[in-house]
Amino acid sequence: MIEKIEPFPKSEAELRTAFWGQLGKFPEGNKIKTCLQCGTCSGTCPVSYAMDITPRQVVALFRAGRIEDILHSRTIWICASCYSCTVRCPVGIRVTDTLYALKRIGMSRKIFPKQFQVHTLSKAFINNVYKYGRNHELGLVVRYLLKSDFVKSFTMMGFGLAMFRRGRLAILPRRIRRVNEVRAIIKRANELGEN
Amino acid sequence: MTDYAYYPGCSLEMAASPYDKSVREVFKALGINLHEIEDWNCCGATMYMSVNNTVAYSISARNLAIAQKMGMDVCAPCSSCYTILRKTNRYIDWDPIERERINQALSAANLTYDKPVDVRHPLDILVNEIGLDTIRAKIVNSLAGLKVAPYYGCQIVRPYGYFDDVDDPVTMDKLLQALGAEVTHFPGKVRCCGGMLMTTEEDIALKLNLGLLQAAIDNGAEMIATACPLCQMNLEAYQDKINRTFGRNFNIPIVYFTHLVGVALDVPPSKMGLDKLLVSPDKLLARAKEVRV
Repeated sequence: MIEKIEPFPKSEAELRTAFWGQLGKFPEGNKIKTCLQCGTCSGTCPVSYAMDITPRQVVALFRAGRIEDILHSRTIWICASCYSCTVRCPVGIRVTDTLYALKRIGMSRKIFPKQFQVHTLSKAFINNVYKYGRNHELGLVVRYLLKSDFVKSFTMMGFGLAMFRRGRLAILPRRIRRVNEVRAIIKRANELGEN
Repeated sequence: MTDYAYYPGCSLEMAASPYDKSVREVFKALGINLHEIEDWNCCGATMYMSVNNTVAYSISARNLAIAQKMGMDVCAPCSSCYTILRKTNRYIDWDPIERERINQALSAANLTYDKPVDVRHPLDILVNEIGLDTIRAKIVNSLAGLKVAPYYGCQIVRPYGYFDDVDDPVTMDKLLQALGAEVTHFPGKVRCCGGMLMTTEEDIALKLNLGLLQAAIDNGAEMIATACPLCQMNLEAYQDKINRTFGRNFNIPIVYFTHLVGVALDVPPSKMGLDKLLVSPDKLLARAKEVRV
């Protein structure tokens, strides 16, 4: 006897549509369908031990219709983009790019893990690029720490001083000459693609 | 090719300025001209891709579009920039709709990117374009006896494995051996340093770097050669903290591979920013001076 299959709740259905859209945005995105659940991605991942759900479980949860749970996990923000999983996956799933796709969905819908600020670093980063055309390391780290871990910003001072003494830390950001070009490109690109 | 469009990237401007200086000096010594991409902008790194694909690839493509005007392939020393720029090329090649969009975005700055330029890493250029024979012929100081762990990190070989194997690359091994150095076995050669996790999730990153430093020492290395600004910074600047956290006693110099090429070619250390490193490699490198070829 075939059990009646309930449709996905509306929010999940919307996230799935968005996710499939994102999977179409990079080569071989649709290969996620061929996942064997072998766990090679989790095994090769240098940081999976610190994730609340492993990369293999990300695919399993997606299949189970629980994208929102994935977005609430720390996993996608812990990934350091080392691409080990991507080169080892026996069926050629681009796991790292798949996690990026999920990050974009979380970002655009503001669905994040609780008490976890990694995504604010991405925000600080893109503000930097818009303002200056380049990334200013100190500004980025300070802005991030002030938002996420105020105490740590003090413990980082010794480190910053050592780098500064050796001329490896700029106090002030420098703007590129034609930053207007970068801003115009960002504006136009933003109008073109929803994310 | 003797001329490249040079894309230093944001890190090489400050924290990794010793990398920038050594790449420029070594290429000059070998007769290769690097022409800095005029008014280049940030490639977007891994961050922009977490926010918006089209924007991420469009700002990255601005640099490639300027290189296209210069009519040269790009040389990008930062592993992250290297991967992002290569990824941009692949993406533009793969998706005609997105190619159109990116060009529309670029047109806001009167730029077009329709004749893709190749993006190369200096390690690839040194070994596969200039060649080990040419480099060997120019060696002044031998690095004989120097025990170096070759650390590739993630992004110069992954995900594309463009010029070497994704699991066991040997390009840097060959280069360092050609300089006379003893390349030690290094099981961590493509293991991740954590990258930006050092800022966001320090506990995780410290452990990763502890593993790398320990693996280097356990296999007899006196020094680690890197090819990426983040790897170098995590391994070098956090050694103190790793020592305090895990009760170790590491004091191992972390240089860029180009530093070792420069020392062999007799480029003055200060011109390569070797004096700006936190753990000084001077004593070890002084030995090379004694072994003139």
